[in-house]
Amino acid sequence: MSYQWDFAPVFASAPLLAEGLGNTLRLTAVALAFGLVLGLALALMRLSPRPWFSWPAGFVIEVFRTTPPLVQLFWFFFALPMIVGIEMTPFIAAVVTFSIQSSAFFAEVFRAGIQSIERGQWEGALAIGMSRRQALNRIVLPQAVTRMIPAFMERAIELMKTTTLVATIAYADLLYDANAVAQKTYRPLETFTVAALVYFVVIFAFSLLGRRLERRLAVGGDSTVH
Amino acid sequence: MTILRVRGLTKRFGDNEVLHGIDLDVVAGERIAILGASGSGKSTLLRCLNFMELPTAGTVELDGKTVGSERGGGRIYRERDLTGVRQRVGMVFQQFNLFPHMTAAGNVMEGLRTVRRQPKAEARARAEKELARVGLAEKADTFPAHLSGGQKQRVAIARALAMDPEMLLFDEPTSALDPELVGEVLTVIRSLAEEGRTMLLVTHELGFAYHVATRVIFLAEGAIHEQGTPDEILKSPKKDKTRAFLAGHRQFSF
Repeated sequence: MSYQWDFAPVFASAPLLAEGLGNTLRLTAVALAFGLVLGLALALMRLSPRPWFSWPAGFVIEVFRTTPPLVQLFWFFFALPMIVGIEMTPFIAAVVTFSIQSSAFFAEVFRAGIQSIERGQWEGALAIGMSRRQALNRIVLPQAVTRMIPAFMERAIELMKTTTLVATIAYADLLYDANAVAQKTYRPLETFTVAALVYFVVIFAFSLLGRRLERRLAVGGDSTVH
Repeated sequence: MTILRVRGLTKRFGDNEVLHGIDLDVVAGERIAILGASGSGKSTLLRCLNFMELPTAGTVELDGKTVGSERGGGRIYRERDLTGVRQRVGMVFQQFNLFPHMTAAGNVMEGLRTVRRQPKAEARARAEKELARVGLAEKADTFPAHLSGGQKQRVAIARALAMDPEMLLFDEPTSALDPELVGEVLTVIRSLAEEGRTMLLVTHELGFAYHVATRVIFLAEGAIHEQGTPDEILKSPKKDKTRAFLAGHRQFSF
């Protein structure tokens, strides 16, 4: 009762899977971009000494870190339209959900990174007449971001894996298309193996890239000078 | 000409009052050494002068203009007020506080580029000039991680000088250095003194204070306990606390 592997039907559906992969990457990239920007904003709000900035930011961060992403996705896709009366496409709902969801995690990464920079760095910057904003942009963030890269990569990978949830609201990502191929070809074993391999290759390549970036940006230029 | 006038400067951290109403006038060209036991408030006093710490009460007047604006009996300090003051009152820290992600020249250029909006070539030329002044011309493109403590502190001094400050504050500039590196930093500070720069220096190097300062202030328990010329304070102090402090530092020689 040995199973006869046959990848041919799966490869015949390669264009569809490629399209799914494209959609997965597109969704991940857009949510990542929004998530980083929003995450930085949330982190800065949360670090503010003013409660009317820090409390709402803390609320958003906690809510999105402590509810399941699938519940969030359903809420934005099925529930929110009932309040605001605007139908969202699966793509928009997914972008909204995963942007906010990942921003909650990125905010904590940013916050930890910013707080890890010694007070002396702020003081060195302020002492030559920089504003707090200039000190943040020029001195603190560049150093913090370098330290944060491993955590960023971790979250970005987590984000790409989480995007598979969109298959449940019929957004044609890689998993959704793989499922369609599996049903059409009656080859679920081969199809999902291929899908898993594609995820592996993409994410592994991405994390290698991250490690190279990390080395290149090593603080103090230890690996770049001479 | 008095360039800095401090009146009733008080600083509290919570319930702990660290400075109790300091009055201080600094005339252009003066070099003031601030001495005192640890916890006497000498660093806090210095840090209030460029608003690394905001005074709880009292006023700081720079070139006849009181910093901050009055509100409800106290003073509020807007960021614009403070960035202006800090460009005119440079500070050198015990721990250098160099920016590790920038070269020595990058550190010195940073204020010129970001605060003064100078073009890169102009800022670079100025940075090279200031680094040469502290004897580090050949280290312009070296990152702080590859500099010794003494070299780092000299870069930090060059960084402060690049902003053309009217006054320099040194907060224990040699305390974090290995003994053999102290000399090179003191030499640089001495050369600035010879240029006639106005400076306030918190230090434990009493011999250096004696030779370089024009006035010595002895701080005890958050107040100016005794002040005078280096000879008056370091050789024939009148008050017991000053004597006791100096007795604890007898290893220095004039």
